Amino acid sequence: MRRSMLFLPGNTPNILINGAYLGADAVILDLEDAVSPDEKDAARILVRNAIRTLDFSRCEVIVRINSLDTDFWQADLDTIVPCRPHWIMLPKTARSEDVQRCDEYLTALEAKLGFAPLTVRLMPLIETALGVENAFAIATAAKRVGALFLGAEDLTADLQCKRTKASREIEYARGRMVVAARAAGVDVYDTPFTDVNDAEGMEADARCAKALGFTGKASISPRHVEIINRVFSPTLAEIDYAYEVLEAIAQGKAQGKGAVSLRGKMIDAPIVARARQTIAAAEALGLGKGEAK
Amino acid sequence: MKEIRKKAWAGTMESSDAYVEVEPAQTLAVELQSVVQAQFGPAIEAAVADVAAQCGVTKGRVKVMDRGALECVIRARVETALLRGMEE
Repeated sequence: MRRSMLFLPGNTPNILINGAYLGADAVILDLEDAVSPDEKDAARILVRNAIRTLDFSRCEVIVRINSLDTDFWQADLDTIVPCRPHWIMLPKTARSEDVQRCDEYLTALEAKLGFAPLTVRLMPLIETALGVENAFAIATAAKRVGALFLGAEDLTADLQCKRTKASREIEYARGRMVVAARAAGVDVYDTPFTDVNDAEGMEADARCAKALGFTGKASISPRHVEIINRVFSPTLAEIDYAYEVLEAIAQGKAQGKGAVSLRGKMIDAPIVARARQTIAAAEALGLGKGEAK
Repeated sequence: MKEIRKKAWAGTMESSDAYVEVEPAQTLAVELQSVVQAQFGPAIEAAVADVAAQCGVTKGRVKVMDRGALECVIRARVETALLRGMEE
């Protein structure tokens, strides 16, 4: 289960080498914004060696390459894909054609390397107004796309508005991204909360994202990882209730009841669907009934 | 058979990193400064020579200032410096 994604600068060894031990479900090894243009070559070689050598078995590996409007993205993929990262994150994805262009290059690389098709999945980073408007087309542009990721910093610059802690300026984008991703059947990740010293604000922001339907959230600080994991994990009460729902449904079916109620409330199809989602999430985290951590 | 054509460098002097300088020379020569020279000096020098061989470099001076970097980091910095030094 991928709740948290932690950004790690791709050319900073003392951060990279500890990245797998910071509790995140996934690490994003960054070749883009965290690396100056004259250090792109150094970063991609360092990230390649890190993936090959270090133990990332505790988390998924995502590599954020440079965007398609640069001269770097093909060299990034040529260097990184042979290491089989779980995901490639494509920044500044604005159109379905962007996904298709990257997908075609990845498909050719996988064939050349003898990898099974779709070995490496694609996570478009949507951070422009055009990208938000095209979110569903982007999510469905290739089978390789498994998740969307909202980047609010560049987006708000594109929207010509201030980025604030209250995040009202990205309400529409958040809602649009969740609907597009869910309609396409892929996961969706929320933008990082950038004040690393504001744990309270961080938790409120994560709860807002979870309430909207996001699968998880990215972070630029290891301090935020535990908060994100907690917010995006089912609680003990939620897990117990989910099992109660399924038991009530099973009992009702055995008794031939057409309608079932629990705690005075009718259990309808959406409640059952949510209960199944909660149990699936709990099982993915290794939690059974009454075992939530 | 490739050689270092110009002076180049890669990496930093920050902790867990290595700073690598390369420059033209008639033979392949490795110079190492490391806080763990006594324990890992020969292993690091072997790794540097291995990266040079993989890059096909047979001529050049490679100076490594290790700040407690893992081998994969040293290898990355050496490879980057060699590639930069081989550029026209």
